[in-house]
Amino acid sequence: MSENRVDEETGVETTGHSWDGIEELNNPLPRWWLWSFYATIVWGIAYVIAFPAWPLINGATPGLLGYSTRGEVAEEIARVDAANAGLEADLAAADLAALSPDDPLYRFATSGGAAVFRTNCSQCHGSGAAGAVGYPNLLDDDWLWGGTVEDIRTTVQHGIRNDDDRDARWSEMPAFGDILSEEEIDTLVAYVGGGLGIADPGHELFLNNCAACHGDTGTGDRTMGAPDLTDAIWLYGNSEAALTQTITNARFGVMPPWAERLSEADIAAVALYVHQLGGGE
Amino acid sequence: MTERIPVTDSPPPLYAPQEPIFPKRVSGTFRRLKWWIMLVTLGIYYLTPWLRWDRGPNLPDQAVLVDLAGRRFYFLWIEIWPHEFYFVAGLLIMAGLGLFLFTSALGRVWCGYTCPQTVWTDLFILVERWIEGDRNARVRLWNAPWSAHKWRLRITKWLVWLMIAVATGGAWVFYFTDAPTLFRDLLTFDAHPVAYITIAILTATTFVFGGFLREQVCIYMCPWPRIQGAMMDEDSLTVAYRDWRGEPRGKKRDHTEGDCIDCMACVNVCPMGIDIRNGQQMECITCALCIDACDDIMDKIGKPRGLIDYLALSDDGPEREGKPPIPIWRHVLRFRTILYTLIWAGIGGGLVFALFIRPEIEMTVSPVRNPTYVVMSDGSVRNAYDVRLRNKHGEPRDFHMSLVSDSILRISLEGTDTRTVTVPADAVRLQRVYILARPNDPAAEIDSTPVRLWVEDVAEGERASVGTVFNGIGE
Repeated sequence: MSENRVDEETGVETTGHSWDGIEELNNPLPRWWLWSFYATIVWGIAYVIAFPAWPLINGATPGLLGYSTRGEVAEEIARVDAANAGLEADLAAADLAALSPDDPLYRFATSGGAAVFRTNCSQCHGSGAAGAVGYPNLLDDDWLWGGTVEDIRTTVQHGIRNDDDRDARWSEMPAFGDILSEEEIDTLVAYVGGGLGIADPGHELFLNNCAACHGDTGTGDRTMGAPDLTDAIWLYGNSEAALTQTITNARFGVMPPWAERLSEADIAAVALYVHQLGGGE
Repeated sequence: MTERIPVTDSPPPLYAPQEPIFPKRVSGTFRRLKWWIMLVTLGIYYLTPWLRWDRGPNLPDQAVLVDLAGRRFYFLWIEIWPHEFYFVAGLLIMAGLGLFLFTSALGRVWCGYTCPQTVWTDLFILVERWIEGDRNARVRLWNAPWSAHKWRLRITKWLVWLMIAVATGGAWVFYFTDAPTLFRDLLTFDAHPVAYITIAILTATTFVFGGFLREQVCIYMCPWPRIQGAMMDEDSLTVAYRDWRGEPRGKKRDHTEGDCIDCMACVNVCPMGIDIRNGQQMECITCALCIDACDDIMDKIGKPRGLIDYLALSDDGPEREGKPPIPIWRHVLRFRTILYTLIWAGIGGGLVFALFIRPEIEMTVSPVRNPTYVVMSDGSVRNAYDVRLRNKHGEPRDFHMSLVSDSILRISLEGTDTRTVTVPADAVRLQRVYILARPNDPAAEIDSTPVRLWVEDVAEGERASVGTVFNGIGE
């Protein structure tokens, strides 16, 4: 310990600390400061008793007040749910097609529907709803099973080609590899890829095998989820290889029934959200 | 601290009790100035929330309002939205530079005249003097045992302090919501708990800081005096004692040469409890009350005023040599202070300029990038844009949207067949806008085509535009 000297100017002892010749006077602390310090210690002890504090092997000491951040979050969620209960009941019962975009219920549905979509739908349809090969793009104006908001709601509720829901949308294209010869399939591929001309040699073959579902002119049938073969949108691609593969083996997607997992309000919300993405009818 | 701690062999004490200070009443130029400053600053603080300003039917009519929930700041005719917060940042920078300016020129003038701690302490001391009497009476009362008389005076004083403190905490919350409504709610206990808690906390701090801690706040809590030391120089004005004139001090009958008659008037009026004759001290807030006190005594004994005066360090040497005093303006008008003033005024001018060129119509356009384009069933290509239209007026406005581009593109709006949208009063509307290129149009084929979205206020004809791009299928 260094020798403390007394500062001549003030008559106060120095602490002995010196930085570049600047020394520190050993003035006493104000007493209220000391009391404030003791008060913080008392506060700290009370806090440790009242709130979760000491880490244990499993969790921590719970504290007398029984407070937990998880409990607080759960309470907040419950509070929001309770506050939204009325809106959700209204939404489940609402005529979605008649809702105006300026209606608060519409805004509630589309913002909530966006969250439902990101959580449950984006895995297949993409976060921007643009889909992928085999997974329909929900932004365009082409719909396999209909693009009105009620059509979309039914699709979301029951799903497509699943065994879990008796009301699931169902259709099945046969694998023509077992029915037609390779030459016949090649002819059909040329016919479908070439614009479905009446003079085309594949026309007869198409009428006999495909027109039952896709229609005589190939414009599809929404009641059976049969795609329009005359438009610019191809779920599995329209290259020769892709068409051959589709006709030979038959391809179709499966969508689960969301009524099992989502509430009616959530389904209404996500249907309205998808409907207003740009393709809704 | 007026007394030095005697040095003994025993170790110095670890803590010291607060020395009671009993500032004496004083009158004079600076005291009058301080009364006026107190009247004006407290008047502004207490009355501003009650000023009204008509902004139209859908907007609040409070002249100064910080609407945190609505994300708006209203100041008379100016309305600041969150994206314009740089105005507030600019004002804070100006406040900072203003403090630099005043500190380098006039030392701790903020501390001495306008700091809320100083102003409210001054007010509390005024109340104390009304109820308990001037310095001598208060010293007697302090030393007296706790009688009924002492209790009565103390409790009266504390109650008046408490009322001032409640009014102070109360005035603060009025800046954040409609004052008359909140005032009524507070009285009927219908106000939000946050309002009561805020008032309670600010009442407690005002009561304790103004009534009891007083100079302790300046000496031990406030960082500003420590920062100020770095901003002052030999030309900064401080309150100082002309010791070459006053010393050696002594009573008049002693026939000492100095002008100081050691009457302790300067010490008795000091709210910080120091003796200015000991030289510049960290406790001094330059409130200048000792100047008033000393001038009064000098007048009485027939000596010139200014034994204690506003002086700069650079005055000391020349004055000792008998040279004429340096005029105040030469201390104040220096390169440094002029530079601070210019920067301060430059920022202020810039803010005013920015305020006047704020556009009437504000539109932001963010192209939807996920996906960048969508192919429709007829082969045309469509892009989507999230357009935000901001209406700062107090009534709803209709906006018409149109498109300018070298290509033949079609614009349409989600949720409506028209190209006109209504934005509610004082709100932002998020509108999805589609731009469509026909199949085989060049814009559908190439990577990107520049386009410009125009928006027009249907009623007033004002227009604004934002440039963006249209993405085609590309390579």
